Amino acid sequence: MLIKTKSDVLSSEITDRAVFEARREFIKSATVLSAGLMMPDLGQAEPGKYKEVPIGPYSATLPVTAREDVAGYTNYYEFSTNKQDSTALAKGLKTSPWNVEISGEVEKPGVYQLEDILKDNPLQERIYRFRCVEAWSMVVPWIGFPLGEMLKRFKPTSKARFVEFTTLFNPDVMVGQRSSVLAWPYVEGLRMDEAMHPLALMVTGMYGDELPNQNGAPLRLIVPWKYGFKSIKAIVKIRFSETMPETAWYKSAPSEYGFYANVNPEVPHPRWSQSRERVLGSSIFTPKRTTEKFNGYGEQVASLYSGMDLSKYF
Amino acid sequence: MLSLKTKWAAIKVIVFVLALTPFLLLTKAAIYDQLGANPIETLHFGFGDWALRFLCIGLALTPLKIISKQSWPTRFRRMIGLFAFFYALMHFLVFIVLDLSLSWEAFKDEVPKSPYILMGLLTFLLLLPLAVTSTKKMQKSLGRRWLKLHSLVYVAGLTASIHYLWLVKADYSEPLLYAGIISVLLAIRIAVYWRKKYKT
Repeated sequence: MLIKTKSDVLSSEITDRAVFEARREFIKSATVLSAGLMMPDLGQAEPGKYKEVPIGPYSATLPVTAREDVAGYTNYYEFSTNKQDSTALAKGLKTSPWNVEISGEVEKPGVYQLEDILKDNPLQERIYRFRCVEAWSMVVPWIGFPLGEMLKRFKPTSKARFVEFTTLFNPDVMVGQRSSVLAWPYVEGLRMDEAMHPLALMVTGMYGDELPNQNGAPLRLIVPWKYGFKSIKAIVKIRFSETMPETAWYKSAPSEYGFYANVNPEVPHPRWSQSRERVLGSSIFTPKRTTEKFNGYGEQVASLYSGMDLSKYF
Repeated sequence: MLSLKTKWAAIKVIVFVLALTPFLLLTKAAIYDQLGANPIETLHFGFGDWALRFLCIGLALTPLKIISKQSWPTRFRRMIGLFAFFYALMHFLVFIVLDLSLSWEAFKDEVPKSPYILMGLLTFLLLLPLAVTSTKKMQKSLGRRWLKLHSLVYVAGLTASIHYLWLVKADYSEPLLYAGIISVLLAIRIAVYWRKKYKT
């Protein structure tokens, strides 16, 4: 389904309104076309709440993955280790009202309501590549706002070197949390300069509509140059700290999932190659795509890691 | 009244059709593009799961014969064993033809880096001679050595479980379930073997 593109895929320009509208029509017709094959609960075919949201900078001009593929294939261990089962299981999650607790090395700590955060941070659409550590990938039109812009409003102090995110812990609803596949709650983190990078996105929607629960509603992170597990879902806590956070997958297997987790075809996972990726939605006869360093965002982010041995800091 | 021979032949046909059903369903889903977001993975894991299941069923037949003191489970050993091999072959072919797109480059890059793929290939290589020597003729001409050769199926069961165990990221429940079943079945065989040895 995806057309192979040259490596400089990013367009730093804001996409023309006409192009935007045309693409919307394309997504719409593609969604309608596949509606017959879809499970009824997978899609609200009509782009809804956020269809008027403007395209933001760094949005790539790439053909996007079908919405039902993105919504029907999620790694959300809080619900299930099965990528299809999480869709139905996540339905029970109540995403409103939603609070985010800000703490740590910050001048304005406190519990903030999500709607207030959204009022302060105008939404935009960003089409990003998404690369999972399991060697599959997709292209998703996220709706969100720059993470750095939001973090700045809480005024982190000079001691804040890292930012740590925590997912909701509620085993009554998040049934996957009843077994100890991972150390709950899920924790992820970024170095402050990574968090401030304009590519890092706080996401609340996709495909012109709200995020489906299984995709991390109501608030998730998207860090397009890192493996998908960095892009934590259903965030309830953000803590600024002096020390590097211990992330969930690092705790689970420190030799396999590092803190940085930058997409890198040159550094294989200890148990599999990372040089290629299966593009979701492609036919069974389509060969895998060659994985790009930093998932194709090297021009923007490589300087964050200059002088670092990326095979050591994987 | 059906003769005993016809009855067993009919039951065998039914078992054959049942054992082929997962293959037919997966193939149908592939033709109608109903394999989901990652169709190759669905096929690949689907065939792999059924290879393991048939391996477990096949390994359970002799213990079942011993415990039930009935001879009928033996009748299905060859068919079930060959179905385990058939699904393992499909699993292997999906990997080589679809996942790697028959690319030697991709094979060279991906296979040596991956202990679980190597373990899978080893399992396939263990099952291959068993499938080849599964005919009555081979069974006769190999004599006692045939039994020895075919005890390799237990090794294949264990390497298949390890192959699965090394693939998963954090949820080990399914691979451990298969490893547990295979270990129990193997333990029964060992217990029976020792008992016989002490008696004689």
